[in-house]
Amino acid sequence: MLEMHDVSKIYRTDLIETYALRRFSLQVSPGEFVAITGPSGSGKTTFLNVAGLLEEFDSGRYLLEEKDVRTLSDDERSRLRNERIGFIFQSFNLIPDLDVYDNVEVPLRYRRLSGADRRERIGSALELVGLASRAKHMPAQLSGGQQQRVAIARAIAGDPAFLLADEPTGNLDSLMSRQVMDLLEQINEMGTTILLVTHDPELARRAQRNVHLVDGQISDFRAYEPRAAVAGAMDAAGAARA
Amino acid sequence: MFGYYLRLASRSFRHNPGITALMVLAIALGIAVCVMTLTVYHAMSGNPIWWKNDRLYAVTMDNWDPNHPLNPKSDLPPPEMTYKDTQFLFASNIPERKVVMYSTEGVVSGVGSEPAAQIGTRVTTADFFVMFEAPFLYGNGWSAGADRPPQPLIVLSRRENEKLFAGANSVGRTLRWNDHEFRVIGVLNDWFPRPRFYDLNGGSFALPDDAYIPYGWGSELQLLNKEENDCWRPEKLDTYQDFEASDCVWQQMWVELPDAASRERFQSLVDAYWAEQRKAGRFERPKNNRLTNVAGWLRDNEVVNNDNRVLVGLAFAFLALCLINTVGLLLAKFLNGAAVTGIRRALGASRQQIFAQLLIEVGLLSALGALLGLALAALGLAAVRHMYAAAHLGERGGYQELMHFDVVGVAWAVILAVAATLAAGLYPAWRIGRLSPAVYLKSQ
Repeated sequence: MLEMHDVSKIYRTDLIETYALRRFSLQVSPGEFVAITGPSGSGKTTFLNVAGLLEEFDSGRYLLEEKDVRTLSDDERSRLRNERIGFIFQSFNLIPDLDVYDNVEVPLRYRRLSGADRRERIGSALELVGLASRAKHMPAQLSGGQQQRVAIARAIAGDPAFLLADEPTGNLDSLMSRQVMDLLEQINEMGTTILLVTHDPELARRAQRNVHLVDGQISDFRAYEPRAAVAGAMDAAGAARA
Repeated sequence: MFGYYLRLASRSFRHNPGITALMVLAIALGIAVCVMTLTVYHAMSGNPIWWKNDRLYAVTMDNWDPNHPLNPKSDLPPPEMTYKDTQFLFASNIPERKVVMYSTEGVVSGVGSEPAAQIGTRVTTADFFVMFEAPFLYGNGWSAGADRPPQPLIVLSRRENEKLFAGANSVGRTLRWNDHEFRVIGVLNDWFPRPRFYDLNGGSFALPDDAYIPYGWGSELQLLNKEENDCWRPEKLDTYQDFEASDCVWQQMWVELPDAASRERFQSLVDAYWAEQRKAGRFERPKNNRLTNVAGWLRDNEVVNNDNRVLVGLAFAFLALCLINTVGLLLAKFLNGAAVTGIRRALGASRQQIFAQLLIEVGLLSALGALLGLALAALGLAAVRHMYAAAHLGERGGYQELMHFDVVGVAWAVILAVAATLAAGLYPAWRIGRLSPAVYLKSQ
């Protein structure tokens, strides 16, 4: 369970204060797939950073799995991020001088898992994203879609409870985007809670719930029809475009 | 995690070879200059017989001009003594060992076709070799009985033995010294006490003498000190006997006193002798009878002068400069890799883990810097050695011998490199660890 109550995040300069989140409240239940939409500068990424413990907030209360994150030390926050949260970024954020295997291994290293355990988890994650045969490739040798799948493998290898995805298809073409969304749905069906930030209303419709942000505040909640129907509609639209 | 961090560090070096090489070079240069300076300083300021520091004492008494001290800037008595004073004190049985000596010149001849040559020769009593622990290659020194009346015995340095006898065991062979026949009783092994504490005349790092003859030969052959024969009083000095009876100072005296009690007894003897002589009209200056241990002797005689200390200071300032540059380069490198650090933080690395990872990278850098620094220092010292060797062809010892690495120098290098570079890397590593991960990710 992820709960935010009246969370505010302010960016300050010498001259102005900008509210990235303003008295923001949201509850996400285990296993949900929530899409966060909104125009540029509406606070989507800030919300994701705060939710993923990458950034502090100024006021309000944030409970992650019933833990008040403001009371946690850096070590505890890092452990929580490492064990309970997976990240997927728009620009993939793979480490360029590590091969696919080593990239997926990074969070497992910080968890101090045994070599055998790491190998097994990395194997399964790469299998799931269909890149088991590319384990020794460097990121630069992969296409954008493949790189994003490596990033997904890295995010899920630690078996997180939450997957936070920031515009994961922003740098991909429509075919790749669909493959990535299919993967996210598959992961969600396995029980992982997903928070997806996106500009794309079509992708947002594949989530179970859409939270629309404007100026750091929620302007609209929308629950969608069952996922299979949405996927079918997208397939039809894709066929028509073709 | 240590192995993982090491792997990351080596990857990081391969990823940024230019900046890494620059940092290693900066550290290495600083270390090399420091090690070279410290090696020389350590050798110069070292006590070459430290294990006997509280047993060996130089004996001095102030018999100088009552109106004009020998050295207006210090209250030290003259470093040498008069002949008559050494003779009185040498008769004492309180010291376990005692040496009266001075350095002179003699002409050696009569060995095969070797041309006659002048060599530095120490006129000394028998205890010299045992007391100062001079090592023998062949044979040994003479016994006290051979001092007076003097026996025609001579001890050669290894270098002189190589010159005269091609390095063979020459014990029992004869040679002529100032036209008197002497029999070789011993040959010293290489022996270069640095500094030459027992006699600082002629340079603190002068080579030991090439020959040693029993003390009695001084009077017998009327030999003078080749370096120091200082007189202050207008005296009749027509003959050698006049000189021996004068207030001129020219002989050095060292005693070995095994404990505080014997030291006190010998000090009392010196003081009593001083009082008696003062009554007789000598020693007009205030009482200043000293038994000075080796460390004190080196300090009093300013073996390590201020230039050396300034040089060490400058070397450390240079190291600091190199390290400041390294800090800048490290900061630039770490900030350049901040995006990757941000990814690692997002994936669960704590500040502590990032700090440890970066410090291990710095540690590896310092190890490389130390290795290269040692190599550069070795090259530098070899160059200096070569320079001195060229200036003193065929000689061993002296300044050339200073220019060797010693264990202490190497230990200094390693400690310096690791401590200094780690200290230099602390700030950049800490600073990178403190930034919020979201800041790095935005920079991607």
